[in-house]
Amino acid sequence: MSRFIASRVWQAALVLLVMSFVIYSLIGLMPGDPLDIMIASNPGATPEVVARLRVIYGLDQPILYRYFHWLLAALQGDLGFSRTHSQPVLVVLLPALWTTCKLMLLSFVCSVLLAMVLGVWAALKPGGIVDGVVSLLAFAGISVPVFWLALMMILLFAVKLHVLPASGLSDIGDGSILDYARHLVMPVITLALASTGGFTRFVRAAMIETLRMDHIRTARAKGNAEGRVVLIHALRNAMIPVVTVIALSFGTLFSGALVTETMFAQPGMGKMIFDAILSNDFNLALSGLLFATMVTLFSNLMADLAYGWLDPRIKL
Amino acid sequence: MSGVERAQSPWALRLRRFRRHRTGMASLVILALLVLFCLGAFPLALMGVDADATDLFARFDPPGPGHLLGMDEAGRDVLIRLMVGGQISLLVGVLATLLGGVFGIAIGITAGYFGGRLDAMLMRFTDGMIALPLLPLLIVLGALDLTKLGFGQEFARSGAAGFWRIVVIIAIVDWTAIARLVRAATLQIRERDYVRAARAAGAGAWYVMVAHILPNIATPIIVAFTLTVGRVILAESVLSFLGFGIVPPTPSWGNMLNNAQELVTTAPLLAVYPGVLIFVTVIAVNFLGDGLQAAFDPRSEK
Repeated sequence: MSRFIASRVWQAALVLLVMSFVIYSLIGLMPGDPLDIMIASNPGATPEVVARLRVIYGLDQPILYRYFHWLLAALQGDLGFSRTHSQPVLVVLLPALWTTCKLMLLSFVCSVLLAMVLGVWAALKPGGIVDGVVSLLAFAGISVPVFWLALMMILLFAVKLHVLPASGLSDIGDGSILDYARHLVMPVITLALASTGGFTRFVRAAMIETLRMDHIRTARAKGNAEGRVVLIHALRNAMIPVVTVIALSFGTLFSGALVTETMFAQPGMGKMIFDAILSNDFNLALSGLLFATMVTLFSNLMADLAYGWLDPRIKL
Repeated sequence: MSGVERAQSPWALRLRRFRRHRTGMASLVILALLVLFCLGAFPLALMGVDADATDLFARFDPPGPGHLLGMDEAGRDVLIRLMVGGQISLLVGVLATLLGGVFGIAIGITAGYFGGRLDAMLMRFTDGMIALPLLPLLIVLGALDLTKLGFGQEFARSGAAGFWRIVVIIAIVDWTAIARLVRAATLQIRERDYVRAARAAGAGAWYVMVAHILPNIATPIIVAFTLTVGRVILAESVLSFLGFGIVPPTPSWGNMLNNAQELVTTAPLLAVYPGVLIFVTVIAVNFLGDGLQAAFDPRSEK
């Protein structure tokens, strides 16, 4: 078990290291460079001054040298300074990370619960009416563009019905939990709906397969109530493949979170990365992307471990 | 009674099974109609409607003769922009899928056929790719300065560069599902007698892969390609929506929603049309994939 964990952690660390270099290089290929911005804000800068600044900031060095320099500092917790926020990157990053994790976890829980109910319900009678409707809804969920879903929710709930706020975390001056929750309703629903379709299909497929197995027939033959058979005997076994797939896709929620946060003006990682790229805040974009990669890698690691915990047949 | 039944080729059987798949057939019809709709831009252009011509006096004009869906925020004809935008979105969907698919097939079949250390290396690479947050990565790739990659100023600013950039970056990111699928299928086929016979007869690796393995794993590949087209269209739309994909004035269904968030109060229909088209296209593509899967599955024969 511990050897398995160690090898997985090692692998994730390697991916992170490689990605840090890839992202570092990509950020360097974005339009503009830090000096352009300094020159733009200082019309008196002569070419000599620019050249000297280039040397001072090490921008004349080869990329590998600059990368290792950055990596060394990053490993010591120094991720640089955010240009747009005028604060150290970590100070900007951590609250945003917390906001995103909250949004992702809430949506994930809603999505999984909804998918379990719908998936199991559909699997009870494959080919029946419920199954048909659920399958159609699941297909719709997979096929809808998240940002458009968000737009339509804004149109319906904020513009037409005036029941929910369209953006932000809270109204000015009102810091109550209820107000906070009201601002989270639309982002969470949007993000949850975006992944429920796929989850439902997995749950349904796994349940249908499990319900055909011999031990289910045995359980029924022994006179167990149908509800007990479905919920205890079948669901538990069906969950094994489902948990892996669902946990693996927790990381992909991040892409949806970026869209949701941007649309509903939630101060999370996704919006932060988006804004940082738009405004050439290189340090922030770089660290934000790395943190996003870490979140994904970490959730995949958890998925691997959950798999072993759920299925005692697998000796890790 | 009528004697010998004529043997049918596997593809004829599959076609027959697909024809009986109702949602699959329906989505094929819908997709054909969508393509026809998008091609409608050509006759419309001949009638004198210009997709890029702006008329600031006609901003937000309601539907009327000559402009069946009215005008957008810059006084452009909405209908023809939906048609041209559709051509772009569909083309990106197909091209990026083909490009990424070919790459994925190459990786998957190499890993599956040769196995061993090469397999382990390629699959770790694929796993690493899957573990990445794709949308942020796509945004960075979409924001890259092409001149820093050695392309000319002129090309970097052209519409063609914008189009091919998005095809390439989506292909770079979306090949992993196909690679894994092809590898798994190759592993199964590799040990079949006919493959072993071919190898024993001295066939080279390249020949065995192209002549024996690829044709026998074609069906799952076709299904995966279909589903990928849907994913790619979604990716293009969100990237263009965020401003890192197809850049206006070239329309795409995604970038037509660019200003939609502000427009949602003034002209909500402008925010509805492109989204509905994306939604209908992607759901039809997904149902088509589902139908193909059912038709290709030998167990589904009654």
